[in-house]
Amino acid sequence: MPQLPRLAVFGLALWATLAIAQPDPLDSARWGDMRAQLFAADAKVEFDSRVSVIGPLTAEDAMNVPIAVDASALPDVAEVLVFADFNPIIKVLAFRPVAARAELAFRIKLQQSSPVRAAARTTDGVWHVGGTWVITTGGGCTVPSTGSASPEWQSRLNEVSGRIWSRPEGNRVRLRIIHPMDTGLAASIPAFYIEQLSITDGQQRVLMEIDAFEPVSENPLFTLDLPPNVTDLAAVQITGRDNNGNKVNAQVAR
Amino acid sequence: MKRLLAALALIAYLPLAQATGFDYRLAPRQIAANTWVLEGAQEDFSFANGGRIVNTAFVVTSAGVVVIDSGPSRQYGEQTVAAIARATDKPVVKVWITHHHPDHFLGNQAFATKALGALPRTITDIAAEGKAFNENMYRLVGDAMRDTEVVVPTEALAPGIVELGGHRFELLALDGHTAGDLAVFDHTTGVLFAGDLVFHDRTPTTPHATIARWLSSLDTLDALPIKQLVPGHGPVAADAGPIRQTRDYLKWLDGVLTQSAAAGLHMTEVMRLPLPKLFRQMAVIDAEFPRSVSHLYPAAEEAALKPGAH
Repeated sequence: MPQLPRLAVFGLALWATLAIAQPDPLDSARWGDMRAQLFAADAKVEFDSRVSVIGPLTAEDAMNVPIAVDASALPDVAEVLVFADFNPIIKVLAFRPVAARAELAFRIKLQQSSPVRAAARTTDGVWHVGGTWVITTGGGCTVPSTGSASPEWQSRLNEVSGRIWSRPEGNRVRLRIIHPMDTGLAASIPAFYIEQLSITDGQQRVLMEIDAFEPVSENPLFTLDLPPNVTDLAAVQITGRDNNGNKVNAQVAR
Repeated sequence: MKRLLAALALIAYLPLAQATGFDYRLAPRQIAANTWVLEGAQEDFSFANGGRIVNTAFVVTSAGVVVIDSGPSRQYGEQTVAAIARATDKPVVKVWITHHHPDHFLGNQAFATKALGALPRTITDIAAEGKAFNENMYRLVGDAMRDTEVVVPTEALAPGIVELGGHRFELLALDGHTAGDLAVFDHTTGVLFAGDLVFHDRTPTTPHATIARWLSSLDTLDALPIKQLVPGHGPVAADAGPIRQTRDYLKWLDGVLTQSAAAGLHMTEVMRLPLPKLFRQMAVIDAEFPRSVSHLYPAAEEAALKPGAH
C-alpha cells in the first residue's frame, strides 16, 4: 500500500513533463538530439509558426535543394540558425539580419530526407523554431562538387556576381560566389567551404552577416531583402573568407 | 501427413509464385500498316506502374521486326518480345533506342545485343550514366526492375534512310531533350516515332534539356509529312498537334524562367508560381514544373546577375 502514492507521484511528474514539452510538429526522431546539441540546456526553445521554412516537397537535386527562410513575422530577430536533422553535418548556416529583413533564400545539400529547420533567436533570448520536411533520394553531401573535378574554380574562386532590385517593399539583393563548398565527406576531397560573409552598404553599414557551413550548395547564391527604410543603396559590398583563409571581397553595383 | 504434404506443396510453390514477376499487361495497338504501339500511363514512375510511363513501338517488315525503345525494365523487354511473337513469327532485327533516359533502354537485355542501335552520343551517355539511372529506377519502381542490368547498344546509328523489308525509315539525329535524340520517320506509313522530343498531354521532362536546341528539333519534325505521331509520352495523335503543344510549353517555360530571373525571384518563389490554365491540363505538371525549375533556373539566374568589381 505505501508504494501506491509513490507511483502516483511519479506518474504525475511524468505527465507534467510530457505536457510541458511541446511535441515536435515535424515528428522527427532526431528532435531531442537537435535540442540538446544546438541549444543551451536552460535556453527557451519554442516551436513557432511565425518562422517559416519553404522547400520543395520532393527535392529533384539533392545537391541543390532550394530553401527560403522567413522569420520576419517576429520582432527583433538577432540571429537565425538553419539546420537539417538527418544531415551528416547538421548545421547549414546562421545569419544575423542586422539591417536586413530576417529572411534569406539559398540552396543546400541533403544526404537523405530530413526536416530543414530555422531557429530564430529574438533579442529576449528565446529561440523560435519552424521547419519543413524535404523528401529526397539523397547523397548530396557525399558527392564531390563539380568544381573539384574542373580546373575552372581555381581561377574563379570567390568571384562574385550579383544584382540589386528596387521593389516597393524594399530592395532585394542577390549575391552568388564561385566556391566548390566541398563537405569533406567525399573520398580524398577535404572540407573546403565559405565560413563567413558580411554584406554592407556603400557607407560600410552592415546589412547582414552570414556564417556558412559545409551543407550550403556549391557556388552559393544568397537572396536577401531589405526593409523600405534602407534606401539609397547604390551598391553592396561583400567581404568574408573560406576555411582556407581565401578572401571574398567584391562590390556589386545596382 | 496430409498437412505435411500441403505444407511441402506450399513451400515448393512459393518460388514459382515469386518468379511470376510483374505483369505489364502489354496490349499492342495497331496504328498503321505493320505498326503497333505499346502506350504507357501518363504518370510518374511508381511501384504500381512498374515504370511503364513510356510509349514503345514495333514495325513488322518483311525482313524482320524493328523495335523503337525497349522500355523501363528487363521484364518489360521480355514481355515486349512475347507480345511481338503473338503478332508475327518474324525475328527482331533492329532495336532503335531514341535516347539515354532509363524508361527507354532498360529493356535491352531481352534483345540480341547486335540488334541494339542508338546515336553515338546516346551510346556514350548510356555507358556513362546508365548504371546510376538503373539503381535509381529500383528505388522508384521496386520489384518490377528485378534482374534489370544496363546493356549498352552496339550499333552507332547515322542519320539518313534505312530501307528495310519494304519500309523506308528515315533516322533523324536531333537533340534538345537530351544531347542525343533519335527520331524515326517511316516514309512508307507516315508514322513519326518522335521519342521524347514530343510529349502529348503530359508535361515534358527536362533533366538534360537545352530548350533552344529542342525547339529547333521540333521545327525539323514539324516539316515531315506526318500521318500518325507516336510521342515518347502521352497518346498517339493523327496530326502534328503534340509538336505544337510541346513547343508552346517549352517556350512558356523558357520565358517564365528568363523573366523570373530578370525580376530577381529566388528558386523557391519560381517553383510556386501559378501555372497557366492552358498547361494545367497536362498530366503531372505540379511535379514536373518544379523539377524543370530545379534543372533550368540556375542558368537563367546566372545570366541575370552582373559581375562584381573587386
